[in-house]
Amino acid sequence: MSDIFQNVEPMVHESRISVPYHWWAGDTASRFFIDLRDSQKIMGTRCSKCSKTYVPPRKTCPTCFTPNDEWREVASQGTLISYTVVRRHQASLPKKPPIIYGLIQLEGADTAVLHIIDELKPEDVKIGMKVQAKFSSQRKGTMFDIEYFRPVH
Amino acid sequence: MDRAAIIGVGMTKIEANKVRETFADMAWEAVNKALADAGMNIGDIDNVITTSNDFWDGRTISCMAVGDASGVKYKNVSCVEGDGTFGAFYGLSRTLSGSYGTTLVTAHSKGSESVSSLITNASFDPIYDRAFGMDMVSSAAMQANAYLHRTKTTAEQMALVSVKNHGNALLNPYAQLPMKLTVDDVLQSEMIADPLHKLDCSPVSDGCCAIIIANEERATRYAGNPVWIKGVSFCSDSFFLGDRDLSRAPSLSEAAKKAYQMAGISNPAMEISLAEVYDAFTHQELMWIEALGLAGDGEAAKELEKGSYTIKGSLPVNPSGGLLSGHPVIAAGLIRIAEAVKQIRGNAGDYQVDGVRLALAQGVNGLCGQSHCVWILGKDK
Repeated sequence: MSDIFQNVEPMVHESRISVPYHWWAGDTASRFFIDLRDSQKIMGTRCSKCSKTYVPPRKTCPTCFTPNDEWREVASQGTLISYTVVRRHQASLPKKPPIIYGLIQLEGADTAVLHIIDELKPEDVKIGMKVQAKFSSQRKGTMFDIEYFRPVH
Repeated sequence: MDRAAIIGVGMTKIEANKVRETFADMAWEAVNKALADAGMNIGDIDNVITTSNDFWDGRTISCMAVGDASGVKYKNVSCVEGDGTFGAFYGLSRTLSGSYGTTLVTAHSKGSESVSSLITNASFDPIYDRAFGMDMVSSAAMQANAYLHRTKTTAEQMALVSVKNHGNALLNPYAQLPMKLTVDDVLQSEMIADPLHKLDCSPVSDGCCAIIIANEERATRYAGNPVWIKGVSFCSDSFFLGDRDLSRAPSLSEAAKKAYQMAGISNPAMEISLAEVYDAFTHQELMWIEALGLAGDGEAAKELEKGSYTIKGSLPVNPSGGLLSGHPVIAAGLIRIAEAVKQIRGNAGDYQVDGVRLALAQGVNGLCGQSHCVWILGKDK
Protein backbone atom coordinates (compact mmCIF):
# COMPACT_ATOMS: atom_id res chain seq x y z
CA MET A 1 0.00 0.00 0.00
CA SER A 2 1.30 3.39 -0.97
CA ASP A 3 2.34 5.82 1.76
CA ILE A 4 -0.18 8.46 0.71
CA PHE A 5 -2.98 6.42 2.35
CA GLN A 6 -1.11 5.59 5.52
CA ASN A 7 -2.55 8.12 7.93
CA VAL A 8 -6.12 8.03 6.67
CA GLU A 9 -8.67 7.30 9.37
CA PRO A 10 -10.50 4.07 8.46
CA MET A 11 -14.18 4.90 7.86
CA VAL A 12 -16.72 2.12 8.39
CA HIS A 13 -20.15 2.15 6.76
CA GLU A 14 -22.86 0.53 8.87
CA SER A 15 -25.71 -1.10 7.00
CA ARG A 16 -28.24 -3.86 7.32
CA ILE A 17 -29.31 -6.23 4.59
CA SER A 18 -33.02 -6.75 5.13
CA VAL A 19 -34.75 -7.97 2.02
CA PRO A 20 -38.28 -9.36 2.44
CA TYR A 21 -38.58 -12.78 0.87
CA HIS A 22 -41.21 -15.51 0.83
CA TRP A 23 -40.53 -19.07 -0.19
CA TRP A 24 -43.15 -21.21 -1.91
CA ALA A 25 -42.93 -24.31 0.25
CA GLY A 26 -43.64 -26.66 -2.65
CA ASP A 27 -46.45 -29.19 -2.87
CA THR A 28 -44.58 -31.83 -0.83
CA ALA A 29 -43.83 -29.59 2.17
CA SER A 30 -47.31 -28.02 1.89
CA ARG A 31 -48.97 -31.43 2.29
CA PHE A 32 -46.64 -32.19 5.24
CA PHE A 33 -47.49 -28.93 7.00
CA ILE A 34 -51.25 -29.27 6.34
CA ASP A 35 -51.30 -32.75 7.94
CA LEU A 36 -49.23 -31.46 10.84
CA ARG A 37 -51.48 -28.45 11.39
CA ASP A 38 -54.89 -30.08 10.87
CA SER A 39 -54.38 -33.66 12.12
CA GLN A 40 -51.20 -33.60 14.24
CA LYS A 41 -49.88 -36.29 11.92
CA ILE A 42 -46.22 -36.52 10.86
CA MET A 43 -46.03 -37.67 7.26
CA GLY A 44 -43.06 -38.86 5.24
CA THR A 45 -42.54 -39.78 1.63
CA ARG A 46 -41.32 -43.22 0.65
CA CYS A 47 -39.14 -44.32 -2.25
CA SER A 48 -40.42 -47.56 -3.72
CA LYS A 49 -36.97 -48.37 -5.12
CA CYS A 50 -34.86 -48.24 -1.92
CA SER A 51 -37.83 -48.42 0.53
CA LYS A 52 -36.49 -45.43 2.50
CA THR A 53 -39.01 -43.15 4.19
CA TYR A 54 -37.95 -39.50 4.26
CA VAL A 55 -39.03 -37.24 7.11
CA PRO A 56 -39.26 -34.32 6.55
CA PRO A 57 -40.67 -35.43 3.22
CA ARG A 58 -38.84 -34.98 -0.06
CA LYS A 59 -40.45 -35.09 -3.48
CA THR A 60 -37.62 -37.13 -4.96
CA CYS A 61 -35.31 -39.74 -3.46
CA PRO A 62 -31.81 -38.26 -3.05
CA THR A 63 -30.31 -41.77 -3.13
CA CYS A 64 -32.12 -43.25 -6.15
CA PHE A 65 -32.82 -40.08 -8.17
CA THR A 66 -36.44 -41.18 -8.63
CA PRO A 67 -39.75 -39.60 -7.54
CA ASN A 68 -40.96 -40.66 -4.09
CA ASP A 69 -44.36 -42.09 -4.94
CA GLU A 70 -45.96 -42.88 -1.58
CA TRP A 71 -47.00 -40.97 1.54
CA ARG A 72 -46.60 -42.74 4.85
CA GLU A 73 -47.43 -41.64 8.38
CA VAL A 74 -44.64 -42.09 10.91
CA ALA A 75 -44.77 -42.16 14.71
CA SER A 76 -44.56 -38.97 16.75
CA GLN A 77 -41.83 -40.55 18.85
CA GLY A 78 -38.37 -41.73 18.01
CA THR A 79 -34.69 -41.90 18.94
CA LEU A 80 -32.27 -39.03 19.52
CA ILE A 81 -29.46 -39.57 16.98
CA SER A 82 -27.35 -36.62 18.11
CA TYR A 83 -27.72 -33.32 19.95
CA THR A 84 -25.98 -30.20 21.14
CA VAL A 85 -26.65 -27.74 23.93
CA VAL A 86 -26.04 -24.21 22.72
CA ARG A 87 -24.67 -22.21 25.66
CA ARG A 88 -23.48 -18.92 24.21
CA HIS A 89 -26.00 -16.49 22.83
CA GLN A 90 -25.93 -16.10 19.04
CA ALA A 91 -27.90 -13.68 16.91
CA SER A 92 -29.63 -16.54 15.08
CA LEU A 93 -31.17 -18.09 18.21
CA PRO A 94 -34.97 -17.92 18.61
CA LYS A 95 -34.77 -17.70 22.43
CA LYS A 96 -32.27 -17.38 25.25
CA PRO A 97 -29.75 -20.21 25.68
CA PRO A 98 -29.28 -22.88 26.81
CA ILE A 99 -31.13 -24.46 23.89
CA ILE A 100 -30.95 -28.19 23.20
CA TYR A 101 -31.04 -29.09 19.51
CA GLY A 102 -31.53 -32.68 18.41
CA LEU A 103 -31.70 -34.89 15.36
CA ILE A 104 -34.61 -37.27 15.91
CA GLN A 105 -35.25 -40.41 13.89
CA LEU A 106 -38.96 -41.04 14.23
CA GLU A 107 -40.24 -44.62 14.30
CA GLY A 108 -41.01 -45.57 10.71
CA ALA A 109 -38.60 -43.01 9.21
CA ASP A 110 -35.14 -43.64 7.76
CA THR A 111 -33.90 -40.06 8.13
CA ALA A 112 -33.82 -37.71 11.10
CA VAL A 113 -35.64 -34.42 11.71
CA LEU A 114 -33.99 -31.43 13.28
CA HIS A 115 -35.81 -29.89 16.25
CA ILE A 116 -35.58 -28.45 19.74
CA ILE A 117 -35.52 -30.79 22.75
CA ASP A 118 -37.07 -29.57 26.00
CA GLU A 119 -38.51 -30.64 29.38
CA LEU A 120 -35.14 -32.00 30.56
CA LYS A 121 -31.93 -30.61 31.97
CA PRO A 122 -29.08 -30.17 29.48
CA GLU A 123 -26.94 -32.64 31.48
CA ASP A 124 -29.60 -35.37 31.13
CA VAL A 125 -29.74 -35.43 27.33
CA LYS A 126 -28.17 -38.59 25.84
CA ILE A 127 -27.72 -40.00 22.36
CA GLY A 128 -30.09 -42.94 21.96
CA MET A 129 -32.81 -41.65 24.30
CA LYS A 130 -36.47 -41.86 23.27
CA VAL A 131 -38.22 -38.58 22.64
CA GLN A 132 -41.73 -37.60 21.67
CA ALA A 133 -43.28 -34.66 19.82
CA LYS A 134 -45.22 -32.13 21.85
CA PHE A 135 -47.67 -30.57 19.43
CA SER A 136 -48.40 -26.89 19.73
CA SER A 137 -51.94 -25.82 20.63
CA GLN A 138 -51.68 -22.97 18.10
CA ARG A 139 -50.68 -24.67 14.85
CA LYS A 140 -49.98 -22.55 11.78
CA GLY A 141 -48.41 -24.95 9.31
CA THR A 142 -44.72 -24.61 10.25
CA MET A 143 -42.12 -26.81 11.95
CA PHE A 144 -43.16 -25.13 15.22
CA ASP A 145 -46.52 -26.92 15.02
CA ILE A 146 -44.37 -29.37 16.95
CA GLU A 147 -43.42 -27.10 19.83
CA TYR A 148 -40.47 -29.32 20.74
CA PHE A 149 -39.57 -32.95 21.47
CA ARG A 150 -39.52 -34.17 25.08
CA PRO A 151 -38.30 -37.37 26.76
CA VAL A 152 -40.66 -40.35 26.71
CA HIS A 153 -41.43 -41.22 30.33
CA MET B 1 -2.39 -31.80 -22.29
CA ASP B 2 -3.29 -33.41 -18.97
CA ARG B 3 -0.64 -31.95 -16.70
CA ALA B 4 -0.84 -28.70 -14.82
CA ALA B 5 1.11 -27.02 -12.06
CA ILE B 6 0.69 -24.32 -9.46
CA ILE B 7 3.35 -21.78 -10.33
CA GLY B 8 2.62 -18.98 -7.90
CA VAL B 9 0.92 -18.43 -4.53
CA GLY B 10 0.22 -15.33 -2.48
CA MET B 11 -1.77 -14.58 0.63
CA THR B 12 -2.48 -11.84 3.11
CA LYS B 13 -1.84 -12.27 6.79
CA ILE B 14 -4.95 -13.73 8.41
CA GLU B 15 -6.37 -11.26 10.94
CA ALA B 16 -9.41 -10.85 13.16
CA ASN B 17 -10.28 -7.48 11.68
CA LYS B 18 -8.59 -5.88 8.68
CA VAL B 19 -10.39 -2.63 9.27
CA ARG B 20 -8.02 -0.75 6.99
CA GLU B 21 -8.56 -3.08 4.04
CA THR B 22 -11.41 -3.59 1.59
CA PHE B 23 -11.98 -6.85 -0.30
CA ALA B 24 -10.14 -5.27 -3.23
CA ASP B 25 -7.19 -4.24 -1.02
CA MET B 26 -6.82 -7.83 0.17
CA ALA B 27 -7.09 -9.22 -3.38
CA TRP B 28 -4.55 -6.67 -4.65
CA GLU B 29 -2.04 -7.82 -2.05
CA ALA B 30 -2.59 -11.56 -2.60
CA VAL B 31 -2.64 -11.31 -6.42
CA ASN B 32 0.53 -9.21 -6.59
CA LYS B 33 2.31 -11.57 -4.21
CA ALA B 34 1.28 -14.55 -6.37
CA LEU B 35 2.45 -12.81 -9.56
CA ALA B 36 5.79 -11.92 -7.95
CA ASP B 37 6.12 -15.47 -6.62
CA ALA B 38 5.59 -16.85 -10.14
CA GLY B 39 7.80 -14.24 -11.82
CA MET B 40 4.88 -13.10 -13.97
CA ASN B 41 3.02 -9.90 -14.68
CA ILE B 42 -0.74 -9.49 -15.02
CA GLY B 43 -0.46 -9.69 -18.82
CA ASP B 44 0.72 -13.30 -18.48
CA ILE B 45 -2.62 -14.30 -16.92
CA ASP B 46 -5.02 -15.73 -19.51
CA ASN B 47 -8.17 -15.90 -17.38
CA VAL B 48 -9.37 -15.42 -13.81
CA ILE B 49 -11.57 -17.26 -11.31
CA THR B 50 -12.63 -15.37 -8.19
CA THR B 51 -14.18 -17.24 -5.28
CA SER B 52 -16.55 -15.48 -2.90
CA ASN B 53 -19.96 -15.64 -1.29
CA ASP B 54 -22.61 -12.96 -1.64
CA PHE B 55 -23.95 -13.39 1.91
CA TRP B 56 -20.51 -13.10 3.48
CA ASP B 57 -19.68 -10.08 1.31
CA GLY B 58 -22.99 -8.29 1.92
CA ARG B 59 -23.64 -7.69 -1.76
CA THR B 60 -24.80 -9.56 -4.84
CA ILE B 61 -22.34 -10.51 -7.59
CA SER B 62 -19.65 -10.30 -4.91
CA CYS B 63 -16.91 -11.31 -7.37
CA MET B 64 -17.15 -7.86 -8.96
CA ALA B 65 -15.74 -6.27 -5.79
CA VAL B 66 -12.35 -7.86 -6.46
CA GLY B 67 -12.35 -7.92 -10.28
CA ASP B 68 -10.29 -4.77 -10.84
CA ALA B 69 -7.76 -5.78 -8.18
CA SER B 70 -7.45 -9.20 -9.84
CA GLY B 71 -6.72 -7.74 -13.26
CA VAL B 72 -9.80 -9.12 -14.98
CA LYS B 73 -10.41 -6.29 -17.45
CA TYR B 74 -10.93 -7.66 -20.99
CA LYS B 75 -10.36 -11.18 -19.71
CA ASN B 76 -12.66 -14.12 -19.26
CA VAL B 77 -13.54 -14.07 -15.56
CA SER B 78 -15.89 -16.36 -13.74
CA CYS B 79 -16.88 -16.67 -10.09
CA VAL B 80 -17.27 -19.73 -7.91
CA GLU B 81 -19.41 -19.52 -4.79
CA GLY B 82 -17.93 -21.76 -2.14
CA ASP B 83 -14.56 -22.72 -0.78
CA GLY B 84 -11.43 -21.65 -2.66
CA THR B 85 -10.48 -25.26 -3.44
CA PHE B 86 -13.64 -25.47 -5.57
CA GLY B 87 -12.65 -22.27 -7.36
CA ALA B 88 -9.22 -23.78 -7.95
CA PHE B 89 -10.85 -26.94 -9.33
CA TYR B 90 -12.71 -24.82 -11.89
CA GLY B 91 -9.50 -22.93 -12.64
CA LEU B 92 -7.69 -26.21 -13.24
CA SER B 93 -10.48 -27.42 -15.55
CA ARG B 94 -10.22 -24.23 -17.59
CA THR B 95 -6.45 -24.59 -17.80
CA LEU B 96 -6.72 -28.21 -18.93
CA SER B 97 -9.42 -27.34 -21.49
CA GLY B 98 -6.68 -26.00 -23.72
CA SER B 99 -8.34 -22.60 -24.02
CA TYR B 100 -6.14 -20.95 -21.38
CA GLY B 101 -2.49 -21.51 -20.57
CA THR B 102 -2.64 -19.81 -17.17
CA THR B 103 -5.44 -19.20 -14.66
CA LEU B 104 -5.38 -16.87 -11.66
CA VAL B 105 -7.62 -18.08 -8.81
CA THR B 106 -8.51 -15.83 -5.86
CA ALA B 107 -10.61 -16.39 -2.75
CA HIS B 108 -11.52 -13.84 -0.10
CA SER B 109 -13.81 -12.99 2.79
CA LYS B 110 -14.02 -10.72 5.81
CA GLY B 111 -15.81 -12.47 8.64
CA SER B 112 -15.32 -9.33 10.74
CA GLU B 113 -17.84 -7.35 8.71
CA SER B 114 -20.93 -9.49 9.40
CA VAL B 115 -22.50 -11.67 12.08
CA SER B 116 -21.39 -15.22 11.32
CA SER B 117 -24.24 -17.00 13.09
CA LEU B 118 -26.79 -15.14 10.93
CA ILE B 119 -24.84 -15.85 7.73
CA THR B 120 -24.40 -19.56 8.42
CA ASN B 121 -27.95 -19.93 9.74
CA ALA B 122 -29.04 -18.83 6.25
CA SER B 123 -27.46 -21.98 4.79
CA PHE B 124 -30.18 -24.08 6.46
CA ASP B 125 -33.26 -25.00 4.45
CA PRO B 126 -35.73 -22.09 4.81
CA ILE B 127 -38.83 -24.31 4.77
CA TYR B 128 -37.92 -27.03 7.24
CA ASP B 129 -34.88 -26.04 9.32
CA ARG B 130 -33.82 -22.41 9.37
CA ALA B 131 -36.24 -21.06 11.99
CA PHE B 132 -34.69 -23.21 14.72
CA GLY B 133 -31.74 -20.80 14.70
CA MET B 134 -28.90 -23.27 14.29
CA ASP B 135 -25.65 -22.15 12.67
CA MET B 136 -22.26 -23.52 11.59
CA VAL B 137 -21.08 -23.91 15.19
CA SER B 138 -24.16 -25.63 16.62
CA SER B 139 -24.39 -28.04 13.67
CA ALA B 140 -20.69 -28.87 14.01
CA ALA B 141 -21.27 -29.47 17.73
CA MET B 142 -24.01 -31.96 16.86
CA GLN B 143 -21.58 -33.67 14.49
CA ALA B 144 -18.90 -33.72 17.20
CA ASN B 145 -21.24 -35.45 19.66
CA ALA B 146 -22.17 -38.06 17.04
CA TYR B 147 -18.47 -38.67 16.28
CA LEU B 148 -17.40 -38.85 19.95
CA HIS B 149 -20.28 -41.21 20.73
CA ARG B 150 -19.45 -43.60 17.89
CA THR B 151 -15.64 -43.62 18.12
CA LYS B 152 -15.19 -43.06 21.90
CA THR B 153 -12.84 -40.18 21.10
CA THR B 154 -12.70 -37.85 24.12
CA ALA B 155 -12.92 -34.10 24.72
CA GLU B 156 -9.29 -34.21 25.92
CA GLN B 157 -8.19 -35.74 22.62
CA MET B 158 -10.10 -33.07 20.70
CA ALA B 159 -8.40 -30.41 22.81
CA LEU B 160 -5.01 -31.79 21.82
CA VAL B 161 -5.75 -30.82 18.19
CA SER B 162 -6.17 -27.22 19.36
CA VAL B 163 -2.95 -27.37 21.38
CA LYS B 164 -1.01 -28.72 18.37
CA ASN B 165 -2.41 -26.33 15.74
CA HIS B 166 -2.23 -23.13 17.79
CA GLY B 167 1.30 -24.21 18.73
CA ASN B 168 2.26 -24.66 15.07
CA ALA B 169 0.88 -21.19 14.39
CA LEU B 170 3.60 -19.75 16.64
CA LEU B 171 5.94 -20.51 13.73
CA ASN B 172 3.68 -19.01 11.03
CA PRO B 173 3.82 -15.20 10.64
CA TYR B 174 0.56 -15.26 8.61
CA ALA B 175 -1.50 -16.97 11.34
CA GLN B 176 -4.07 -15.04 13.35
CA LEU B 177 -3.96 -17.01 16.60
CA PRO B 178 -0.53 -18.31 17.54
CA MET B 179 -0.90 -19.63 21.09
CA LYS B 180 0.95 -21.81 23.53
CA LEU B 181 -1.87 -23.81 25.11
CA THR B 182 -2.45 -26.81 27.32
CA VAL B 183 -5.30 -29.31 27.10
CA ASP B 184 -6.69 -27.74 30.28
CA ASP B 185 -6.71 -24.29 28.68
CA VAL B 186 -8.95 -25.67 25.92
CA LEU B 187 -11.24 -27.58 28.29
CA GLN B 188 -11.58 -24.54 30.56
CA SER B 189 -12.39 -22.14 27.73
CA GLU B 190 -16.05 -21.10 27.41
CA MET B 191 -18.46 -23.85 26.34
CA ILE B 192 -20.06 -22.54 23.14
CA ALA B 193 -22.18 -25.56 22.18
CA ASP B 194 -21.52 -28.95 23.81
CA PRO B 195 -18.99 -30.48 23.30
CA LEU B 196 -17.26 -27.54 21.58
CA HIS B 197 -15.36 -25.12 23.78
CA LYS B 198 -14.27 -21.77 22.41
CA LEU B 199 -10.78 -23.16 21.71
CA ASP B 200 -12.28 -26.13 19.82
CA CYS B 201 -13.65 -23.63 17.28
CA SER B 202 -11.84 -21.70 14.57
CA PRO B 203 -12.02 -17.90 14.89
CA VAL B 204 -13.80 -15.31 12.76
CA SER B 205 -11.17 -14.04 10.31
CA ASP B 206 -10.37 -11.79 7.38
CA GLY B 207 -8.06 -12.80 4.56
CA CYS B 208 -7.43 -13.49 0.90
CA CYS B 209 -5.37 -16.01 -1.04
CA ALA B 210 -4.41 -16.24 -4.72
CA ILE B 211 -2.80 -19.02 -6.74
CA ILE B 212 -1.73 -19.28 -10.36
CA ILE B 213 -2.30 -22.52 -12.28
CA ALA B 214 -0.50 -23.19 -15.58
CA ASN B 215 -0.57 -25.95 -18.15
CA GLU B 216 2.55 -28.01 -18.82
CA GLU B 217 3.78 -25.78 -21.62
CA ARG B 218 3.48 -22.55 -19.63
CA ALA B 219 4.48 -23.97 -16.22
CA THR B 220 8.21 -23.66 -16.80
CA ARG B 221 8.19 -20.46 -18.86
CA TYR B 222 8.46 -18.12 -15.88
CA ALA B 223 10.92 -17.72 -13.02
CA GLY B 224 8.74 -19.54 -10.43
CA ASN B 225 9.16 -23.06 -9.16
CA PRO B 226 6.23 -25.22 -10.37
CA VAL B 227 4.48 -27.65 -8.03
CA TRP B 228 2.61 -30.32 -9.97
CA ILE B 229 -1.05 -31.21 -9.53
CA LYS B 230 -1.00 -34.99 -9.19
CA GLY B 231 -4.61 -35.70 -8.30
CA VAL B 232 -7.77 -33.77 -7.48
CA SER B 233 -11.38 -34.67 -6.86
CA PHE B 234 -14.46 -33.33 -5.17
CA CYS B 235 -17.56 -35.02 -3.91
CA SER B 236 -20.75 -33.96 -2.14
CA ASP B 237 -23.03 -35.61 0.41
CA SER B 238 -26.76 -35.02 1.04
CA PHE B 239 -27.76 -31.51 2.03
CA PHE B 240 -30.06 -32.31 4.97
CA LEU B 241 -28.16 -33.12 8.18
CA GLY B 242 -30.75 -35.76 9.07
CA ASP B 243 -30.10 -37.66 5.82
CA ARG B 244 -26.44 -38.21 6.75
CA ASP B 245 -24.58 -40.17 9.39
CA LEU B 246 -22.90 -37.06 10.81
CA SER B 247 -20.25 -39.15 12.58
CA ARG B 248 -18.76 -40.13 9.21
CA ALA B 249 -17.66 -38.33 6.04
CA PRO B 250 -18.24 -40.72 3.12
CA SER B 251 -18.08 -37.91 0.54
CA LEU B 252 -14.55 -37.07 1.72
CA SER B 253 -13.51 -40.73 1.47
CA GLU B 254 -14.88 -40.86 -2.05
CA ALA B 255 -13.09 -37.65 -3.10
CA ALA B 256 -9.85 -38.90 -1.54
CA LYS B 257 -10.09 -42.29 -3.23
CA LYS B 258 -10.40 -40.66 -6.65
CA ALA B 259 -7.61 -38.15 -5.99
CA TYR B 260 -5.26 -40.92 -4.78
CA GLN B 261 -6.09 -43.03 -7.82
CA MET B 262 -5.28 -40.13 -10.15
CA ALA B 263 -2.01 -39.53 -8.30
CA GLY B 264 -1.09 -43.22 -8.34
CA ILE B 265 -1.12 -43.43 -4.54
CA SER B 266 -1.95 -46.83 -3.08
CA ASN B 267 -0.94 -46.29 0.55
CA PRO B 268 -1.76 -42.67 1.39
CA ALA B 269 -0.61 -42.81 5.04
CA MET B 270 2.85 -43.93 3.90
CA GLU B 271 3.20 -41.94 0.68
CA ILE B 272 1.84 -38.52 1.67
CA SER B 273 4.41 -36.31 3.39
CA LEU B 274 1.97 -33.89 5.04
CA ALA B 275 -1.67 -32.84 5.04
CA GLU B 276 -3.27 -29.41 5.33
CA VAL B 277 -6.85 -30.27 6.30
CA TYR B 278 -9.96 -28.19 6.99
CA ASP B 279 -9.91 -28.11 10.81
CA ALA B 280 -12.75 -25.62 11.33
CA PHE B 281 -13.37 -27.49 14.62
CA THR B 282 -11.02 -29.78 16.53
CA HIS B 283 -13.06 -32.97 16.04
CA GLN B 284 -13.16 -32.31 12.29
CA GLU B 285 -9.38 -32.61 11.96
CA LEU B 286 -9.64 -36.12 13.44
CA MET B 287 -12.69 -37.03 11.36
CA TRP B 288 -11.12 -35.79 8.13
CA ILE B 289 -7.82 -37.62 8.80
CA GLU B 290 -9.80 -40.86 9.15
CA ALA B 291 -12.06 -40.26 6.15
CA LEU B 292 -8.98 -39.42 4.06
CA GLY B 293 -7.67 -42.90 4.87
CA LEU B 294 -4.64 -41.44 6.71
CA ALA B 295 -5.69 -43.26 9.91
CA GLY B 296 -8.05 -46.14 10.66
CA ASP B 297 -11.65 -45.39 11.62
CA GLY B 298 -11.65 -44.01 15.18
CA GLU B 299 -7.83 -44.19 15.35
CA ALA B 300 -6.80 -40.59 14.61
CA ALA B 301 -6.93 -39.47 18.26
CA LYS B 302 -4.53 -42.25 19.29
CA GLU B 303 -2.08 -41.27 16.54
CA LEU B 304 -2.40 -37.64 17.63
CA GLU B 305 -1.50 -38.60 21.21
CA LYS B 306 1.55 -40.48 19.89
CA GLY B 307 2.71 -37.27 18.22
CA SER B 308 2.34 -38.55 14.65
CA TYR B 309 0.73 -35.30 13.44
CA THR B 310 3.25 -32.79 14.79
CA ILE B 311 5.66 -30.97 12.45
CA LYS B 312 8.34 -33.55 13.29
CA GLY B 313 5.86 -36.45 13.34
CA SER B 314 5.44 -39.26 10.81
CA LEU B 315 2.55 -37.44 9.09
CA PRO B 316 2.43 -33.73 9.95
CA VAL B 317 -1.12 -32.35 9.83
CA ASN B 318 -1.67 -28.59 9.56
CA PRO B 319 1.93 -27.53 10.19
CA SER B 320 0.75 -23.99 9.31
CA GLY B 321 -1.62 -23.94 12.28
CA GLY B 322 -4.70 -24.72 10.20
CA LEU B 323 -8.09 -23.05 10.37
CA LEU B 324 -8.07 -23.13 14.17
CA SER B 325 -5.36 -20.47 13.91
CA GLY B 326 -7.18 -18.43 11.24
CA HIS B 327 -10.34 -19.12 9.26
CA PRO B 328 -11.19 -16.65 6.52
CA VAL B 329 -14.20 -18.48 5.06
CA ILE B 330 -13.85 -19.16 1.29
CA ALA B 331 -10.10 -18.37 1.35
CA ALA B 332 -9.39 -21.09 3.95
CA GLY B 333 -9.24 -24.01 1.49
CA LEU B 334 -7.14 -22.09 -1.03
CA ILE B 335 -4.74 -21.27 1.82
CA ARG B 336 -4.44 -25.05 2.43
CA ILE B 337 -3.31 -25.43 -1.20
CA ALA B 338 -0.88 -22.49 -0.91
CA GLU B 339 0.57 -23.98 2.30
CA ALA B 340 1.05 -27.35 0.60
CA VAL B 341 2.83 -25.59 -2.29
CA LYS B 342 5.17 -23.76 0.11
CA GLN B 343 5.99 -27.02 1.89
CA ILE B 344 6.78 -28.85 -1.37
CA ARG B 345 9.05 -26.01 -2.54
CA GLY B 346 10.80 -25.98 0.83
CA ASN B 347 9.93 -22.38 1.66
CA ALA B 348 7.56 -22.81 4.58
CA GLY B 349 10.08 -21.17 6.90
CA ASP B 350 10.04 -22.21 10.56
CA TYR B 351 7.24 -24.76 10.06
CA GLN B 352 8.93 -26.49 7.12
CA VAL B 353 8.46 -30.27 7.16
CA ASP B 354 11.52 -32.30 6.18
CA GLY B 355 11.67 -34.14 2.85
CA VAL B 356 8.26 -33.26 1.41
CA ARG B 357 7.47 -34.95 -1.91
CA LEU B 358 3.68 -35.29 -1.87
CA ALA B 359 1.29 -33.05 0.07
CA LEU B 360 -2.47 -33.17 0.53
CA ALA B 361 -4.75 -30.11 0.76
CA GLN B 362 -8.45 -30.27 1.60
CA GLY B 363 -11.28 -27.79 1.23
CA VAL B 364 -14.81 -28.01 2.59
CA ASN B 365 -18.09 -26.41 1.66
CA GLY B 366 -21.44 -26.70 3.43
CA LEU B 367 -22.58 -27.53 6.95
CA CYS B 368 -20.70 -30.32 8.76
CA GLY B 369 -18.54 -30.94 5.70
CA GLN B 370 -21.22 -31.59 3.11
CA SER B 371 -18.75 -31.33 0.19
CA HIS B 372 -15.04 -31.94 0.11
CA CYS B 373 -12.32 -31.13 -2.41
CA VAL B 374 -9.05 -33.04 -2.16
CA TRP B 375 -5.79 -31.98 -3.86
CA ILE B 376 -2.60 -34.02 -4.11
CA LEU B 377 0.40 -31.90 -5.03
CA GLY B 378 3.91 -33.12 -5.80
CA LYS B 379 7.45 -32.05 -6.43
CA ASP B 380 7.86 -34.27 -9.48
CA LYS B 381 5.99 -34.05 -12.74
